[in-house]
Amino acid sequence: MTIDSSEPKGESGLASSTAFHPGEATVKQIHYEVVIGIEVHAQLKTNTKLFCGCSTQFGDRPNTNVCPVCLGMPGALPVLNRRAVEYAIMAGLALDCDVRNTSVFSRKNYFYPDLPKGYQISQFDQPICLGGHLDIVVDGVKKRIGITRIHMEEDAGKLIHQGSDTIAGATHSHVDLNRACTPLIEIVSEPDIRTAQEARLYVEGLRQRLVYLGICDGNMDEGSLRADINVSLRPVGTEPFGTRTETKNVNSFRSIERAIHSEIARQTQLLTAGERIVQQTRQYDEATQTTRVLRDKEESHDYRYFPEPDLYPLVVTSEWIDTIRAALPELPEAKATRYRDAGLSDFEIDVVLNEPETSQYLDQCIGAGAVPKDAAKWVVGDLNSLLKETKQSFKESKVTPDGLVQLLGLIQSGKLSGKMAKEVLEKCVQTGQSPDAIVSASGATQISDTGELVVVVDRILDANPDVVEKVKNGKTNSADFLMGQVMKETKGRAKPDLVRSLILECIARR
Amino acid sequence: MTTWRSSAVELGKAFRNRSVKVADVVTSLWLHHDQVEPSVKSYLTTFQSETMAQAQVLDAQFDRGETLPLLAGIPIAIKDNIHVQGVPTTCASQILKGFIPPFNATVTDRLQAQQVIVTGKTNLDEFAMGSSTENSSFHTSLNPWDTSRVPGGSSGGSAAAVAAGQAVVSLGSDTGGSIRQPAAFCGVVGMKPTYGRVSRYGLVAFASSLDQIGPFSRTVEDAALVLEAISGFDAHDATSSPRLSESYYSSLKPTVAGLKIGVPKELFGSEIDPGVKAQVVAALDLLKANGATWEEIAMPSLKEAVTTYYIIAPAEASANLSRFDGVRYGYRDGGADNLRDMFRQSRGGGFGPEVKRRIIIGTYVLSSGYYDAYYTKAQKLRSLIVRDFAHAFQKYDVIMTPTTPSVAFKLGEHEANPLAMYLADIATIPVNMAGLPAISVPCGLDQGLPVGLQIIGPAFGDQQILNVAAGFQELSQFPTRFQSPLMRSTQ
Ligand SMILES: [Zn+2]
Repeated sequence: MTIDSSEPKGESGLASSTAFHPGEATVKQIHYEVVIGIEVHAQLKTNTKLFCGCSTQFGDRPNTNVCPVCLGMPGALPVLNRRAVEYAIMAGLALDCDVRNTSVFSRKNYFYPDLPKGYQISQFDQPICLGGHLDIVVDGVKKRIGITRIHMEEDAGKLIHQGSDTIAGATHSHVDLNRACTPLIEIVSEPDIRTAQEARLYVEGLRQRLVYLGICDGNMDEGSLRADINVSLRPVGTEPFGTRTETKNVNSFRSIERAIHSEIARQTQLLTAGERIVQQTRQYDEATQTTRVLRDKEESHDYRYFPEPDLYPLVVTSEWIDTIRAALPELPEAKATRYRDAGLSDFEIDVVLNEPETSQYLDQCIGAGAVPKDAAKWVVGDLNSLLKETKQSFKESKVTPDGLVQLLGLIQSGKLSGKMAKEVLEKCVQTGQSPDAIVSASGATQISDTGELVVVVDRILDANPDVVEKVKNGKTNSADFLMGQVMKETKGRAKPDLVRSLILECIARR
Repeated sequence: MTTWRSSAVELGKAFRNRSVKVADVVTSLWLHHDQVEPSVKSYLTTFQSETMAQAQVLDAQFDRGETLPLLAGIPIAIKDNIHVQGVPTTCASQILKGFIPPFNATVTDRLQAQQVIVTGKTNLDEFAMGSSTENSSFHTSLNPWDTSRVPGGSSGGSAAAVAAGQAVVSLGSDTGGSIRQPAAFCGVVGMKPTYGRVSRYGLVAFASSLDQIGPFSRTVEDAALVLEAISGFDAHDATSSPRLSESYYSSLKPTVAGLKIGVPKELFGSEIDPGVKAQVVAALDLLKANGATWEEIAMPSLKEAVTTYYIIAPAEASANLSRFDGVRYGYRDGGADNLRDMFRQSRGGGFGPEVKRRIIIGTYVLSSGYYDAYYTKAQKLRSLIVRDFAHAFQKYDVIMTPTTPSVAFKLGEHEANPLAMYLADIATIPVNMAGLPAISVPCGLDQGLPVGLQIIGPAFGDQQILNVAAGFQELSQFPTRFQSPLMRSTQ
């Protein structure tokens, strides 16, 4: 029997293999459909934790942002952070979910040193949001990914093991509870995803939305956004899901794709060999680019969820939801439509929408009177590269949106050529001066005054009668030489298209 | 000097007119304490030297004519599951060994703002689980009326301290009767306020949906005074009520005439000792003779209350006690060589048998496959109890029952049978299930031991039951009629 399952056909949503079935005389080709569901944990960007007043600042000295509540001291009680609720509602509205008027926090019970209370407060059977969706575009085709639910929960702390990567081999382990009790939302997708690419697009789309809402910093390196990926295979055309594995805490887009590829390959190989998939929790290892088992289902916890008696059910009034809806910022999809209508290219739209501050910058330019397409050209092009070179972000750019609009005005009125504008912009990025200031200091505006230029053109024509003759005889290419001379004489400040037409006019008149 | 015998209200007046010095009260109280403590063992910790220093400061303030809060200078004992910052909270457990809370309970904050004198931390059943203090991992407290008997529990130390004159008032916590039952056994006043009336912040949780802090005192006025100080909304407790707190003491108005009293027949039958029942009937008749009416009513759900309680309370407790894992504070077994054993051995070695029993029950009823049969069903029964009470309060102003089915039992009497001990709370548990306020006042003696009358009010009827209790106090004169032998003992 021949097996070729090392290369999963992940991108097609199919994994194929040739499997030998005992008792059958023939070797049969089975195609598997990949089914993927993703749970994304997003840390909400509140200043304080979910149930206490401690700072959520990342990277502070261990155990400095803690108090009796998040340390799980006896006698301490949780008090819900309303801002976190507001953020969860925003996420729900942005993903077209049904925001529930009543939701319930429960206790999820298990022992681990990073879990101070011995239970995690998490919404369970009555989450804050139900049923929504996110649209992704796969190779130009729109695809809708269903969202089952969004629930709120607190994060656990962090363990730092000494002498080993895991607690098992460690000589001792340190517990840092700065992260304990920080607010998270968990966004659970329907099993609608079929390929690693779709998975990536889905998580990218989610991230973009949360970042645009301003409720999550989207920083995957710091763990602000992490994905648990459920993968299963089923023979194409069959309805029931195959046994799934869950790969925990994947924290980069590339890892998401790789983890899925690796898991598809592994499962395909097992199925092909006639083995069963074991329901497992797995972990992705970036070094080997494979997943390894964390625990089997048999070892899985009975979390003994029950309603958290320290918190009454969370009541969200319809009025509150309406207020939040009314104040929602414009989301990427709406922005894209607006930009497209204003004539931006798909490429420009992609670049502009990549970071909220870029699109905010462009919108400020538009607000200050810029033609969207003209402004986008600079935002996506020269300004973007200049900022990258000088390690500035759009938010802290030395060229303000007003500055860029000024520059566009100078081009528009013919005072600057494109080339000159680029030089001015460079100076702006370096010095922080406005384009107007730079131009008036150097006096180096473009000469677009016909009277002034005619004098120069005539002088050049007088000095080069032979070239003039050539042009007259139809060698229009030779006009380029004359043009170069005029530009040289004006130190590049002459408006090129004006110069060209003046040269031709003057020659014609001779 | 017998100033320690006075009520808080009397002492407050005497401090203000300077007829009594705070220092004299404190000195005489500790003298008396030294005599009776060996036979009662109310306390786990006392703050003798601190209280003396504090008394000096207060006397100086009174001497200068400063206006001080009503409870200023009043010696008050605090159950050792309520945090006083900087001194150990043990919950009478080995698992909290070495734990010193870095914060005050909200009630402690409020009492300290009143400049009370905290005498010490009193004994209890481990983590407030028990009805006798026999589950304390340190020692058993004894009943000041008969030291061969238990003081009740779990707040047995707080009840005994007030009954024996080792504190003027005290704080306890009540999850299924842990204030009212020991108050009844020790012949003092004990009140469980409406759930949410007093902040639970800084009270080590037993069963979060049932726990409530309340006062012990020898008079109804003192209970009102303490409740007034500790009650009210607290932003640190999401279950504390935003309703404005009342001035329970200054609004206190003894009320008997015209009162309509319901007596649930489910708590007035064969489950109650005849001697206890006789005293309660006498009390009801005394009220009747003074213009109240009483009749028996049917509240069928109350029969299920104990069973329901022993599902819900252990379920919540099993999670509440998970934080004692040996990782951050308290007892850690040093002999374990892996994480799982460290958890197991620390918890196994740190918790006593009754606590373990309840953790196991709670873990079981929450387990998948059993949750609906136990926990969900118990919640349904709980709502029936709430409904039965609501229904009764449409017709009656207050509900009255014996606080306990019997007088204080002998030490070790229920050792072999925890279920029999659980039944000691048959009349008090329904009140916690419904979140209602209730107060126990002494109403007579059976076999020479105090009997408690429980007065239950509708939610936030705390003032109302205090008024009724004050009315009964006026008629029965119980504070002077029922004093423990130890209270009377000192010269
Ligand atoms: Zn905190």
